[in-house]
Amino acid sequence: MTTLTDPPRESFRLSMLIYDTRYRSMTIQVVAMICFMLMAAWLINNTTQNLESLGKKIEFGFLAEPAGYDINQRLIDYTSRDTHLRASFVGLLNTLLVAVMGCVLATILGVFIGVLRLSKNWLIARIMTIYVEMFRNVPVLLWIVLFMAVLIETLPSPRAFRGDNATASMWLGDTMAVTNRGVYIPEPLFSRPLGDLPVFGAFNISLELLLLVAILIAGLFGARVIGKRADAVQEATGDRPTTWYIQLGVVLLPLIAALLAMGFHLGYPELKGFNFAGGIHMRNSLIALWLALSFYTAAFIAEIVRAGILAISKGQTEAANALGMRPGRTMRLVILPQALRVIIPPLISNYLNLTKNSSLAIAVGYMDITGTLGGITMNQTGRELECLLMLMLVYLAISLTISGVMNWYNERVKLVER
Amino acid sequence: MSDVSFVRTEMLPQQAPPATSVGLVGWSRENLFSGPVNSILTILSLIFIYFVISGVLHWAISPTWAATSLGECREMIAAAYGEGAGHKACWGVIRERWLQLMYGFYPPYPVVPSANFGAAPEGAWPAFFRPNLAFVLLVLAVVPVLFSNLPRKMLWITAAFPFLLPWLLWGGTLWTPILVALGFVIGYLVMRFAAPVVGTIAGFILAVAVPLLWWGFAIGPLADAFSSVLPLAIPEVQSRDFGGFMLSITIGVVAIGCSLPLGILLALGRQSNLLILRSICIGFIEFIRGVPLITLLFVASTLLNIFLPPGTNFDIILRVMIMVTLFAAAYMAEVIRGGLAALPKGQYEGADSLGLNYWQAQRLIIMPQALKISIPGIVSTFIGVFKDTTLVSIIGLLDPIGLSNSIRADQAWNGIVWELYGFIAVLFFIFCFSMSRYSMYLERKLQTGHR
Repeated sequence: MTTLTDPPRESFRLSMLIYDTRYRSMTIQVVAMICFMLMAAWLINNTTQNLESLGKKIEFGFLAEPAGYDINQRLIDYTSRDTHLRASFVGLLNTLLVAVMGCVLATILGVFIGVLRLSKNWLIARIMTIYVEMFRNVPVLLWIVLFMAVLIETLPSPRAFRGDNATASMWLGDTMAVTNRGVYIPEPLFSRPLGDLPVFGAFNISLELLLLVAILIAGLFGARVIGKRADAVQEATGDRPTTWYIQLGVVLLPLIAALLAMGFHLGYPELKGFNFAGGIHMRNSLIALWLALSFYTAAFIAEIVRAGILAISKGQTEAANALGMRPGRTMRLVILPQALRVIIPPLISNYLNLTKNSSLAIAVGYMDITGTLGGITMNQTGRELECLLMLMLVYLAISLTISGVMNWYNERVKLVER
Repeated sequence: MSDVSFVRTEMLPQQAPPATSVGLVGWSRENLFSGPVNSILTILSLIFIYFVISGVLHWAISPTWAATSLGECREMIAAAYGEGAGHKACWGVIRERWLQLMYGFYPPYPVVPSANFGAAPEGAWPAFFRPNLAFVLLVLAVVPVLFSNLPRKMLWITAAFPFLLPWLLWGGTLWTPILVALGFVIGYLVMRFAAPVVGTIAGFILAVAVPLLWWGFAIGPLADAFSSVLPLAIPEVQSRDFGGFMLSITIGVVAIGCSLPLGILLALGRQSNLLILRSICIGFIEFIRGVPLITLLFVASTLLNIFLPPGTNFDIILRVMIMVTLFAAAYMAEVIRGGLAALPKGQYEGADSLGLNYWQAQRLIIMPQALKISIPGIVSTFIGVFKDTTLVSIIGLLDPIGLSNSIRADQAWNGIVWELYGFIAVLFFIFCFSMSRYSMYLERKLQTGHR
């Protein structure tokens, strides 16, 4: 007679932690965790010891002290009696300013060059290839200092604009002055201003700008509603009403009305004494940084655009033609939506690179956040740990925001496969 | 019936295509003048090219090689072409400073420690013998890795190079690199002979621990002892004397060489299903990629010593190398992760079904394919790292851009722009462009072709 017995119960042995794949991953993770904690503890321990021996404490009180240095290119009011925090904020705005300007110019140039690189014209394609290789293979820092040096050495000084036999003249009908001290462009002025809106008592937002932005957004929204209605009519009847001029009017007319109501006019730069006065003064450091970053990034964007267009197989164009679509519609409805899916993610990561590269502003003395918080503030107060921590967090926040936008877009346009 | 035939019985001889569709004319009709818009574009670009080339030639052809200052340059140009010669190059700055742009303040004859520029001391090696030899060795070490049809024995140079490079550049006794290399041999021997006795895991731990102890405690005394018997030493050179392209290439080579293995490990960590390991890798990669390199260099120059045990103070170039390597490794990890993600799942499953363990599968099946897919990304990361070495000028190291700032601040050369920056740009261009061409060659060579 046989009896069934349970298989021998496997008792847990210590060696199973290593040799049994069920437990091994746990062991590895625990060991990794312990190593990581030990490492972190070691670093923190070293830091506290070192700070103690230097007689420093980690504190951020220095941010409320007066900065004591000037920032010549700024978007909001600032004097040297303001705090370090405000100086950093001015720097942050400067970073964002050059990043946005750079992204816009780089995109325009990059798309232009990328499309021309695919031109059937052999000569044009070669010239654009040379542009791309030239800018991609030379460090961006070299381009920045080169642009700065060229601006300073080759442009006329304000003195050259003076007198009856001036050797230099202003551009665009005396509205814009390009000098070796920077570029002076007209500034928007309002003869019936609305005043400023203080935000947290820290800085003022001009109400005019706020109003214009609000009107613009409302106009765009209205235009979209009209477009939706046209869609509905098209769905129902098959005929699409022509609405583009109504949409344009909805966007533009209120804007123009608001501008007229506030008495909009331009203030032009004028030569006064040894320098120009009036207008907006864009300093050489800003211009050099902006142009160098844009030209450099444009070379990368051109390659992305080219790759995106080449990635769409020819069958798509042919299929669209077979359906009877005209070339314009083929481009708009078939090629571009697919190409954009390939183009946009690397494009955004290039925007991110441009923003990070704008930290090289310190090489030409443009006061971005690296120049203020990570430069003069850090050197004046000797608070390296706090300043660098804040600097890194700011850049990290910008990066994570941009990559969050990218992930959202990727999720939205993802190909839904079977 | 007449034998009139209405059908031609023999073929006409083939005629040459019309003259306008072959040869140069045909080519330019097709590629340059295919329509009115294209013709206008072609003519405009021809005018543009003419202006650029004539402008550059007019500027570059300038007999100022012997000048010692910008003022002298202007006199020479005025003497040769008269007053209205326009903007002309001043090549004297390159002749006078090119050694500095190449080597910084590296002493040319470090056989005698105090001998700097000037006449060679008695019995000295040729000028800049050590950095030049290091560069030649670098080429010899890299070439067998790049081109697989070269003799495999050259890989021994590649293996020895990481130990020879610091010795050649910084000097000191040869015993240190030999003993450091011996550490790897010891680790291998331990793995080979101790593992069968104590088991694989314990053997592995021993093989890591014994060399670490060796490097930590045995090398210093042993190197002293050996060098007291037989010095084998060359004079030391301080890090602050490093500069120019030598510095860029040194930092670039170290960062490139170390970032690839580190990046592979990080990518594997990020792809693994061990939660804690993955989170650590993701955190590290995203942090490094989220901040600009310049902030990491600030950390290297001001903060790194605070994180280390009190009293540690090591070389600024070494600190910069560590930071640039970490920076490059994070980017490399993302590139390789892209390659890993692009592999079809069947490859992983095939490796599993063959009974390969994790590391065998990675080494034999996954990595060769993933790395092949990511070659363009890897090489463009390399190029990026090499270009980013210029950022060290901001923290005060004398790379070519740092030197160009001091040259332009010099009284004699105040106002020089194009010659100096052009020279630096051309050198960087040569390095980066040849790297990108090599990656294209490699892609073609490795293409096993499924399409």
